[in-house]
Amino acid sequence: MSVIVLLILASLAVAAGFLGLFLWAVKDGQYDDDTTPAIRILFDDDKRRKRRH
Amino acid sequence: MTTSAASAATSYAAAQDRPVETFAYDNKIVLAFAYATILWGVVGMLVGLIVAIKLIAPDFLGFIPELSYGRLRPLHTNAVIFAFVGNGIFMGVYYSLQRLLKTRLWNNTLTWFHFWGWQMIIVSAALTLPLGITTSKEYAELEWPIDIAIAVIWLAFGANMIGTILKRRERHLYVAIWFYIATFVTVTVLHVVNSIELPVGLFKSYPVYAGVQDALVQWWYGHNAVAFFLTTPYLGLMYYFIPKASNRPVYSYRLSIIHFWALIFIYIWAGPHHLLYTALPDWAQSLGTVFSLMLIAPSWGGMLNGLLTLRGAWDKVRDSSTLKFMVVAVTAYGMSTFEGPMMSMKSVNAVTHYTDWTIGHVHIGALGWNGFLTFGILYWLIPKMFQTKLYSEKWANAHFWMGTLGIAFYAIPMYWAGFTQHFMWKEFTADGFLAYPNFLETVTQIIPMYLLRAVGGGMYIVGMLVMIANLVKTIKAGSFLANEEASAPALVGPPAPAREGENWHRWIERRPIQMVLASTVLILIGGLVEFVPTATIKSNIPTLASVMPYTPLELQGRDVYITEGCNNCHSQMIRPFRWETERYGEYSKAGEFVYDHPFLWGSKRTGPDLARSGYVNGKMYKPDSWHFNHMYEPRSTSPGSIMPAYPWLYKEGSLDTTSTAAKIKAMRKLGVPYEEGYEDVASADLRKQAQQIAKGLQDGGLDASPNTDIVALIAYLQRLGVDIMKDAEAPANPTAQP
Repeated sequence: MSVIVLLILASLAVAAGFLGLFLWAVKDGQYDDDTTPAIRILFDDDKRRKRRH
Repeated sequence: MTTSAASAATSYAAAQDRPVETFAYDNKIVLAFAYATILWGVVGMLVGLIVAIKLIAPDFLGFIPELSYGRLRPLHTNAVIFAFVGNGIFMGVYYSLQRLLKTRLWNNTLTWFHFWGWQMIIVSAALTLPLGITTSKEYAELEWPIDIAIAVIWLAFGANMIGTILKRRERHLYVAIWFYIATFVTVTVLHVVNSIELPVGLFKSYPVYAGVQDALVQWWYGHNAVAFFLTTPYLGLMYYFIPKASNRPVYSYRLSIIHFWALIFIYIWAGPHHLLYTALPDWAQSLGTVFSLMLIAPSWGGMLNGLLTLRGAWDKVRDSSTLKFMVVAVTAYGMSTFEGPMMSMKSVNAVTHYTDWTIGHVHIGALGWNGFLTFGILYWLIPKMFQTKLYSEKWANAHFWMGTLGIAFYAIPMYWAGFTQHFMWKEFTADGFLAYPNFLETVTQIIPMYLLRAVGGGMYIVGMLVMIANLVKTIKAGSFLANEEASAPALVGPPAPAREGENWHRWIERRPIQMVLASTVLILIGGLVEFVPTATIKSNIPTLASVMPYTPLELQGRDVYITEGCNNCHSQMIRPFRWETERYGEYSKAGEFVYDHPFLWGSKRTGPDLARSGYVNGKMYKPDSWHFNHMYEPRSTSPGSIMPAYPWLYKEGSLDTTSTAAKIKAMRKLGVPYEEGYEDVASADLRKQAQQIAKGLQDGGLDASPNTDIVALIAYLQRLGVDIMKDAEAPANPTAQP
């Protein structure tokens, strides 16, 4: 039976972890800036192209 | 746009007192890995086609041991996973990592050591697997010296990646890089844990785990090899190359972060879903199911994130073969990650497990997700590095349709075959007997499906050849840019400490080392919670007094079984279903496998289960003479069988007796209770038993010799499932006689 306890504890730990993460994300303003990194990768910075302009 | 961005960066740097540095990205290594990806892709898939044909025409390619099905099938899986996808990972990671971090790769020597080391490992796999040098553990078949080489080269890759991260000019770690880091960390842990084995010679080892434990470790590895070798690195590539190829930012960056953390946290727990209804403790099976079902959320979140990146850009998909390949790849990812959780439910798993359904499932993943994403990247990357346009969009389109139809022709017959066979296996007549008591009937029924599958696979390969022609033309038309110059402001000074109210994620993104540690801890928690109880598994296995170690001859026979890869087609695990116990006998118990280093439960029943093949009163029992004739020419005893013939097992002197003492000693070290000093008399025991079997065969008029592998193999097969049935035969147990 001890294994069932382990299973429940493990599941609870994961669930709690995710809940904590979600609450933290909302509170911390994780949703404030979620655009810059995604756009930044689209800019190429190779010198060749820069010289041409 | 580029100019304004660059000047914006320059002015930003000036404002920060950071000098703009110029440097060059290393394209040469990317190209080398691209070539390796293409080369091994064709090789791996051709071997796949050969084994597919062998399932229709078992004598195809004659009777050469090195080219037999059981030896080539692991070569196919290893080549596709570690050679094709592996090189694809390194190609994509080394290209994107440099650009995402605005720096050249950390160490050139390490880069090329990594490249050549990995190719040497592939070559050694291509040599040893056909020679029958294998551990038998799926996707971990390579023997211990190669295992060590893999660890070394993998660490070189990781060191190079982390070194590159440390000298980066871009503080923020883009989501793709987390996926790469998770890949490195997890695969290291998986590989090391699953490869703990005791060598018995240069080309032979036994895993330290036995039976149920070995099975759990193996499928913890096997599942996570899919997760962290075929999935997470390719998700990283998806998050880089789809935005780049479509020139659109990822649909939701936030979702990508959630995708990442959820995935690495959940994936590591799902391994036991490969062992549902087996002798693995029930709670571990349930744990695997629960986490597998949870996996659908992050997986589909990631899939939608990839597809929605193309919102408003679907016109580009129409015109760009790269994007077409990527869209199908992500769709295939969605399909296999829907199927995965479904197949992890016990009721569905009862149907799909051991059947061709699983083969269809993994090929949606390998051909669709990995293959098509690789092709998409190649079509984008090669012209870019050669500063030209793709030679022919038309050819690429032809490849796309050949590949897509190839996948359909592959997967649909496999699903069909899986369902058909399963329902034939479990069909009972009105009188309560199996409707198809002869396993062979359920095989001949699906041979047309095997034929269609080979056609589908063939189409996929032809498509690849069209791609190669297209890329060769492209390469000839362009000029290779080995060092791509770039500039970026230096990243000076240590990262600032976390500020009040600063986003936690932003803080950790600037700390690669901490990130590596954090991911390791997350993964270890997952692994340990599952491990610790099973490591002390003694409480999980009722000790069965009747289960005894193998005799020396049986042990050698078991190694013949491993060498020939019998476990690729025959399981040794009877599930507790009436339709299985009616066909094969009493269901398998965990305690039966305590001396099995390695476990040989198998994962596919192309042939029938052999767990009780030795039990004289059992359903599966066949006399020695039957096995002798069957293995020499399977069609002589089983007309229509697709099993290969093994004439080389009958060669005089093929039985290896020189390693017996070493094997007994190794087994004792691993806890198998052979008496101290038994290794000295083991060879005599072996000869005695071999002579006994050979004499029996000779008495039946067969040309048998005690010095042959076939005698050892028969000894092993006649031992399977026997031990616990001795108890069952006691008169007190009325169910003993089936």
